[in-house]
Parts: sequence; C-alpha cells; structure tokens
Amino acid sequence: MRIALFITCVNDTLFPDTGRHVVRLLERLGHEVVFPEGQTCCGQMHYNTGYRRPAAKLAVRFVRTFEDADAVVVPSGSCAAMIRDNYPRLGGSGSRLSRKVAGLAPRVYDLTELLVDVLGVTDVGAYYPHKVAYHPTCHGLRMLGLGDRPYRLLRAVRGLELVELAGATECCGFGGTFAVKNGDVSSAMGADKARHAVESGAEVLCAVDNSCLMHIGGTLSRQRSGLRVAHIAEILASTEKEGALR
Amino acid sequence: MSATFLGIPPFPEAARAAVDDSRLRHNLRKATHTIRDKRGAVVTELEEDWERLRSEGAAIKSHTLRHLDHYLEQLESSVERAGGHVHWAADAAEANAIVTRLVQATGETDVVKVKSMATQEIELNNALAEAGITAYETDLAELIVQLGDDLPSHILVPAIHLGRSQIREIFLDQMAEWGVAAPEGLTDDPRALAEAARVHLRERFLRTRTAISGANFAVADSGTLVVLESEGNGRMCLTLPETLISVVGIEKIVPTWADLEVFMQTLPRSSTGERMNPYTSTWTGVTPGDGPQEFHLVLLDNGRTDVLADTVGRQALRCIRCSACLNTCPVYERTGGHAYGSVYPGPIGAILTPQLRGMSSEVDEALPYASSLCGACYEVCPVAIDIPEVLVHLREEVAAGPGHLGEKAMMKGAEAVLGSSHALNAAQHAAGAARNLVPRHLPGMAGAWTDTRDLPDVPAESFRQWWNKHEKGQS
Ligand code: SF4
Repeated sequence: MRIALFITCVNDTLFPDTGRHVVRLLERLGHEVVFPEGQTCCGQMHYNTGYRRPAAKLAVRFVRTFEDADAVVVPSGSCAAMIRDNYPRLGGSGSRLSRKVAGLAPRVYDLTELLVDVLGVTDVGAYYPHKVAYHPTCHGLRMLGLGDRPYRLLRAVRGLELVELAGATECCGFGGTFAVKNGDVSSAMGADKARHAVESGAEVLCAVDNSCLMHIGGTLSRQRSGLRVAHIAEILASTEKEGALR
Repeated sequence: MSATFLGIPPFPEAARAAVDDSRLRHNLRKATHTIRDKRGAVVTELEEDWERLRSEGAAIKSHTLRHLDHYLEQLESSVERAGGHVHWAADAAEANAIVTRLVQATGETDVVKVKSMATQEIELNNALAEAGITAYETDLAELIVQLGDDLPSHILVPAIHLGRSQIREIFLDQMAEWGVAAPEGLTDDPRALAEAARVHLRERFLRTRTAISGANFAVADSGTLVVLESEGNGRMCLTLPETLISVVGIEKIVPTWADLEVFMQTLPRSSTGERMNPYTSTWTGVTPGDGPQEFHLVLLDNGRTDVLADTVGRQALRCIRCSACLNTCPVYERTGGHAYGSVYPGPIGAILTPQLRGMSSEVDEALPYASSLCGACYEVCPVAIDIPEVLVHLREEVAAGPGHLGEKAMMKGAEAVLGSSHALNAAQHAAGAARNLVPRHLPGMAGAWTDTRDLPDVPAESFRQWWNKHEKGQS
C-alpha cells in the first residue's frame, strides 16, 4: 500500500527519529511511504489556544497536501484527533473546507490504527527486550478511541514485557500551551504521571504521542529517574537484526 | 457575613498556592478518587443503558432550553394554580431584594437554608445579613463552610478541601456562637462529627419558621419543585417551616414529571455514586395543613439568557450540577475549587462562570484556559456537555479581545513559520545550527516549562532533511 506520512511539526523538528522509525517499519512490512512536500502543521496549537483563523489556514494546507492520498499515517495521536475531530468544526457547514475534510478525515490514521485496522497486522516482527509501560494519551484514549490496539501491538513484540501503569487513563498535564499558561498545575500532573511510571518498574515508558512524552520525559529527566520514554514507533521498528534503531 | 470570592487572583496564580499546599492536595485526592470510583462502578453496571440515558437527558434539556419561554410561562401558571407565588429576577440584586422583602414580610429574622447553588451564586446570605436577617445553612458540608467563615470549594461537597481534624476544630471553635455548642471532648470520628451537627441543627429546625431552598428540577406542567439530597436536612427545611422561598435558575425546568425518570437515574449515580439518593422531596404549591402554607418561587436569570444566545456555549445550561466533572478533572483534583474564583469550580465552572459573568476581568479570562483539554469531563457528563468544545470556543473570545500581546506575537510568528514548508525548513536549519546554544533553563514565559522539566535536545537534522537524503538513497 502507498501511505502518505504526515510527520507533524513537533516530530519533524524535535523528534525526527520517530519519523525514521515509521518509515523503516512500514517499508519493512512491504509498503511504500511517501512524504508530501508542502506539509507543515495540523494547527492544533493555534486551535486549542483560541486562534481559529490560523488553525483554519493550516487545515486548508493539510487538506490540499493530502487530499489525493489513499491513507495518511500520523505518528501523533493528538494531531490525528485534531484532523478528525476538530477540522470538521473549522469550516462552516457546506463550505469547501468542510466538504474536503469530510472526504479526507476517514483516511487519516494514527500509526496503531493504520497497522491494526488497515494493514491488518498486530505482530510487526519487532524485537525489544525491555520492560515497557504504555501511557494511553488523552487524545488516543478519548478522541481516537484507540482501545486495546497499542496493547495488542506491544504484546506481540518479542522480548517485550508489558507492565501495568497505575492511573494510566489520567492526563499527564501537557495540554499544549496549558503546560506554559498553567505551569504549576501541569508540573504537578506530570510529577504524578512520572511517579506512576517509575513505580511500574518499567525501563521504558511508551505512548503514541511525542508531545506527552516530551512532558513526562522532561520530568523524568529532571528527576534523574533513569527511566526513558520512547514513541511506540521506535519499539515496533526495532528488530533482532537491526536492534533498537537510533 | 460570609466570605466572598472577590479578590481571588486569576487561576494560574491561585492554583500555584493550592498546588503547593500538601494537606489540601491530600484531602482533595482522597475525596475525588473515592467518589470517582463509586461513580464508575454504578455507571458501568447500567452498561449500554447509560449512553441512552445520557443522550435522553441531553435531549430533554436541549429541547427545554430551546423553548424556554414557553415552559417558563407554563411553570408560572401551574405554580400559581397550585397556590404558590412566582417572582422574576433579572439579576442577583433583584433576586436578593425579592427574597429579603419576602422574609421581612414574615416578620422573622432567622431563616434556615437548604443547600442551593443559585443562592450561593447571588450571595444571598450576605444580602440578608445586610438587612439584619441571619441565614443558617443546614447541609452538613455547607454548615462547616459557614461556621469556618470559609468559601465552598465543590458544588456538591462544599467542604471537600477540609480534613476531619480541621472540621472538628471548626465545630469546637464556632458552634457555640451560632447555636447549640459542640459537645466537650468531641473527637474527629466522622460519626461524632455528624452527631454534633445533628444536635446543633435539630434545635434550629424546630425553631425556625421560614426556609429558603433551591431546586434540582422544576416541572413545568405540574408546577412541582424537586430537591435531591443525602442527609434529610433539606427535607426538614422543606416541611417544617410556615413559609418556603425557592430560588431557582431558569434553566432548571423539565417539561413533565415523566422526564424526571431519566435524571433520577443519572444524577445520583453521577454525583454521589449511588443508584438512588436517600431523600427526594417534591412539592407543588401549598397544601392546607401539610407543609409550608406559603410558597414563593423566585425564577433567576442572572446572565442565563445571554448564555442562551451563544450557540456553542449554551450547552452549559444543560448542567444538572452533579459534579462528576469536578471529581474526574485532574486540574480540579490538584487545585480545589477556590482557585476558580467562583461558586462553580472545576470544568463546568470554567465554562459557566465566564459566560454568566462575562469575560471582562482577568479572573474570567483565565478560566477557559484552566484545562488541559483531556476530555475526561465530557466523558463523564450525564448530559453530554462537550466542555472541551466550549472551552476552546471561549478561548477564541479571549484571543479576539485586547491584550495578550506577547502570546499574539508568538502565535503570529508560529503562523509565519508554519505557513510554508520552506519557512519551516529554514527555521529547522537555524535551530539545528544553534542547538548547542539552547540553555537548560529558559527565561520568561518559557521558564514555566524549564522550572520543573528538562527540554529535549534539538536534533542536528530535522526529519525532512533526513527524508531528502533517504529518498536519494543516502541513508
Ligand atoms: S457539566 Fe455535566 S458533569 Fe459537570 S456538573 Fe454539570 S452535569 Fe455534572
């Protein structure tokens, strides 16, 4: 299958490895990945902070860039949710944008949805000999409704021991500009999430969203906890032969 | 005179003090998690019926709000037909004046109160005090807050922020001044505390001839008012006095008695995690020889019709004040209710308060941002209010207003960089080149981030730079 990658601005700039993992994983599974040039950002930051007009402009750009794709993979739960849940609210009813979003949004997938629902695989042939805890991010959990897909994918990874995370369904406190505007509450929420992660006994905390991981990972790093965070793509891309790809 | 929310700083600042208060954090965590778990259990046992009840509740409320003028008139005539009197109050001042006048007409200077959010909203107790009338709260948690000269911090459990040893101290220090004193040797055993309150209140119930209540529901076709509660103290106030005055927000109407069927299932489950609340009292006008012989209904607008005019924001008026969204909110759990600067705290407060009061103050402008948009509030709301949607909608209003220049400049800058892939690529090149210059602790606004968290390292090469090489077979 030919899959268009929407890397998202945060991944592109700060976590390029995640994109590389997605590409290697999908190519290993025999699919072709394309990277449409004009892409930039889904507009989530603008939208969530109350700047609707620039968000709508970015939505138009996204739709223009991806409208011909058979499937779009988004290795970020919150950006996938922005496109599927919030884009329909951006254009007026009957507007060109609304019509195009209605056509495109059903072909936009988070990585775990693409693998399980579209490509029909749960065992991606990965090898990752570590204790891993999974943090189901708010957007993945409540907006995309990822359900047990990530867990099924992780359980099929050879060598991986999945450990339970207390308070898993609770927000980590990132929330985009919330982390800055309400830094104190955000930090308190992050600290609780980090504590649960450490107490889980995991070596690695994984999620489908680097933004949440950046927040939790930044807290863990400040606490010198020794626990690292990894996007689920990194784990699924790792194999016996190639090891955990940097 | 009781305390008021005036002077509480905007949320981020008020929240800082709360987050630093470990005793408060402990009390809140314990209480919210207990109710949250109980709620989860009794909701889950209804299985798919829950979603049906939820959408029926939302539909009844939306329908009523859409035809509110009709149902209000219907309610007015059915209440009057049953022997009650109806008064209309456009705002808090008017409502307070009406109630004060009604109490003065009874010749009483003491009134007992059933726990009511509407009277908290209009700060009725203060208005009565100015007229020389003392209002006694009879709900246990509300009594604790009143005795402690404190502010409520939860819709349902106003004293949720206090631990039992703090409550014991308040009882020992204050009860004597308000009536029957706390017994000597009072311990902080919850049963002992409840008994002390019972003795204190009993004397009050038997002595007071005027009561003030709110209502959970007002049934338009029969003129019936409904109060759901757990303690029975409300029922004492609703049955013993000679005069009953109920202050009710105009959004509390349901069209028919049969509509209660839905809410009698969803409200107790959502609020206290019970299948059914212990006491449900209903009254329709007056009945000779039974209960209060004079009944007044004060219908309160106080900003509600303005909220109705906002097509996105009006869903907040569906709220049945169950407080499930507070108990599940990770932000509320860490700050408590006082930080919101309003009688309506938590997620519902963050959308309702700025709509009722208008967003002209820093306090009200900060409220729509007091959420990480995690969506947990929407998930639990029994009338399916899309709180995150309204939060973002209100943020748009704030962003469109004057001020917030730093943020606007930042958003503009981001818009320019994200407006084209070339600009983004150029910015990434620049960031990659300067990566070693980024300090671990940032100044200014970004300092809120680096105070408690490490920033990730900026990579030397962005994804798109890597991709271009990958495409050319160089990696
Ligand atoms: S908004 Fe919903 S969950 Fe919150 S108090 Fe109102 S009815 Fe309950």
